[in-house]
Amino acid sequence: MSFFLQLLINGLSIGFLYGLSAMGFVMIFKSSSVLNFAHGELLALGAFFFLAMITWAQLPIAVAFLVTLVGCFILGFFIERFFLRPLIGEHLIYVIMLTVGLASMFKGIMLLVWGGNLQTYPEFLPKFLSIQWDVINIPPVYSAAIIIGMIFLILFGIFFKYSSQGIFMRSVADNQKAALSLGVHVQRVFALSWAIAALVAGMSGIVLGVINGINVHDLSAIGLKVFPVVILGGLDSIGGAIIGGLIIGVLETFTGGYLSPSLRDVVPYIILVFILMVKPYGLFGLKEIERV
Amino acid sequence: MKKFRFHPCGNYHERYSQELTIFETDFGRFWLCIGILFLFFVLPFVSSPYFLYVLNTIGIISIAAIGLNILIGFTGQISLGHGAFIGVGAYAAAILATSLGVPFLLSIPLAGLISALVGMIFGIPSGRLKGLYLTIATLAGQIIIEYVLIHWESLTKGTMGITIPRPNIFGFKLDNDQSFFFVIFSCLVSMTWIATNVMRTKFGRAFIAIRDNDRAAEGMGIPIFGYKLLSFGISSFYAGVAGALWAYYMISVTSEPFNLGLSVEYIAMVIIGGLGSITGSIYGAIFITFLNEILRILTDILMNVGVFANAGLNVAPLREFFFGMAIIMFILFEPRGLAEVWRIIRSHFRLWPFPY
Repeated sequence: MSFFLQLLINGLSIGFLYGLSAMGFVMIFKSSSVLNFAHGELLALGAFFFLAMITWAQLPIAVAFLVTLVGCFILGFFIERFFLRPLIGEHLIYVIMLTVGLASMFKGIMLLVWGGNLQTYPEFLPKFLSIQWDVINIPPVYSAAIIIGMIFLILFGIFFKYSSQGIFMRSVADNQKAALSLGVHVQRVFALSWAIAALVAGMSGIVLGVINGINVHDLSAIGLKVFPVVILGGLDSIGGAIIGGLIIGVLETFTGGYLSPSLRDVVPYIILVFILMVKPYGLFGLKEIERV
Repeated sequence: MKKFRFHPCGNYHERYSQELTIFETDFGRFWLCIGILFLFFVLPFVSSPYFLYVLNTIGIISIAAIGLNILIGFTGQISLGHGAFIGVGAYAAAILATSLGVPFLLSIPLAGLISALVGMIFGIPSGRLKGLYLTIATLAGQIIIEYVLIHWESLTKGTMGITIPRPNIFGFKLDNDQSFFFVIFSCLVSMTWIATNVMRTKFGRAFIAIRDNDRAAEGMGIPIFGYKLLSFGISSFYAGVAGALWAYYMISVTSEPFNLGLSVEYIAMVIIGGLGSITGSIYGAIFITFLNEILRILTDILMNVGVFANAGLNVAPLREFFFGMAIIMFILFEPRGLAEVWRIIRSHFRLWPFPY
C-alpha cells in the first residue's frame, strides 16, 4: 500500500511538472494554432538563463528569477516577430518545420555555450516547504512548484477572463477573421501570446532544472512529452493541460513501478495514439476537429 | 529525322497529355542521357574512395527522400515517422540476410514490402485524422517503433545490433564502395523513374487531389482513406529499400540512427529540395549531405587551431545550429526549395537577355 501511495505521489508530482510545461504550449496553440516543436528548447533556455543569472551574474535568487522571466518574455516576442509572423496563413508543414528548425538552432546554441553535461543550481529553497506525513514525503521543490503553478493558473484564469488583452486572445483563438474585422490587433495578440508562452516555459524550465538538474537533451525530451499531455487534456485547454499532465504522470510511474521500467517512456505515446483514434479533441478540448 | 522542339514562349498545351510530359524538349532527354552515362561510366572511376562514399550516402538518402516527398509533397500527409520506417527496412534486411539467408536481390524488395506494411499500419490513423493531429500520431508511431527496435531483443538483438555479411550478386561480391555505387545508383535511377511515372497516373493525380482539397477529392469519388494508406505504403516502401541498402552498405545495424532526428532531417531535405518535386528530393539529399560533410571538415580544421581546440568545440552543436538555420532560411526565403531555385535559374538563362 505504501508503495502504491509513494508511486501515486511521485506520479502526481511528475505529472504536475508535465502539466506546467504544457501550459506554455497550449497558450501558443490556443491563440495562433501553431504546434510548437521548440517548446522543450524554450524550457531549457529559461533554465540556462536562470543558471547564468545566478552563477555568472551573481544576482540574488528573486532578482534572477524576475530577470529570467523578463528575458524569456522578450525572447518569445522576438521569435514571433522575426520567424513566425512571415508565415501567417502559410501551410501547416512550413509552420511546423520552422519550429523544428528553431528547436535545432536553440539546441545548437545551448550545446555550444553550456555543453551537454548535467548542471545543477545551488540549493536555494527554504526547508520549511518540505512536507512529511506518514510514508509520504514531498521535497520542498515540489511544494514550490505546486505553489508557483497554482499562482500562474489563477493569474491566467483572471487574465483570460477579465483583461482586455486576454479577451482579445480568446477572440483570435475563436475566429481570427472575425476578431480582425472587429478591430483586434491580431499580430499584437500573436506576439503577446508567444511572449507569455515563452515566459511560462522559462518558469517551468527553472522548476524542472531545480528538480532534475539542467541538461539540454533531457529538457528537449520533455518538450516531446508535452504532446501526449496536451492531446489528452485537449489542445486548447490550459486546465486540461494540468489534468492531462497529472494523468500521464501517474500512468508513467505506475507502469514504471508495476510493469517494467523500460516501458515507462513509451506508454504516454501509446495512450496518445489511442486517444487520437477515439477522442482526438481530448478531455476538455473544443470539439472542432473534422474527419475526412 | 524528328524536328527538334524548343521551349515555346508561352503555354500552348492543347491536350492533357502535353501537360503531363516530363521532357518538354528533346534537349532535356538528351542531357539526362548524358548525365546518366556520366554517372555510371565516369564518376565511379574518377572519384576518390571518400567522395564515392559521399555519393553512395547521397544515393541511399535520395531514395528515402523521394518516398517522403510522395507522402508529404504529393499527398499532403505530414509524417514524423520516416526515420523509423527506414529503420524497419534496415532491420528487416539484416534479419532476412542473417537468420533466413535470403539472397541480396530478394531481401531488398522484401525489406521494402515489410516496411510498407508497417507504414500502412501506422498510416491507419490518417483515416480519422488530418493535419497536425496526424503529425502527432506519426510522432507517436516513430517513438513506438524506436522502442520496439531496441527492446524486441530476440529479433533485433537490442542495442548490440546485427552484423550482416557482404552480399553477392550472381557470384560477384559487393565489398567495396565502387561495386555498391552501381547497386545503389541503379536502385535510385529505377525508383526515381517509377516515382515520376506513378505521379502521372491516376494514383498520382488522386494523391495531388487529396493534398489540394481532401473534401473536394472525396466529393469527386476518390476513396480518400485507401489512397492515403497507399501513399503511406509507397512512401514506406521507398524508406524500407533505402534502409535495406543502408544496412548492407554499413555492414552492421543498430537502432541509434533511426531516431526522431533522422525523421526531421528527411522532412528538412524534402522542404529544402522542394515539396511536390521528385528531383527536388534528390537536390535536398545532396544539400543536406554536403552540409554535413562540410561542417565535419570545417570542425576538423578548427580543431587544429589552438583557440578553438581549447574550447572543446564539437561537431554536434554546430551541425544542429546550421541545420536549423538552413531549414529556417529556406522556409522564410524560398519555401519551394531548390527545385524552384533551379527553375528560376533555368528560365533566366532561357530568356536571356530579355527580362521575360
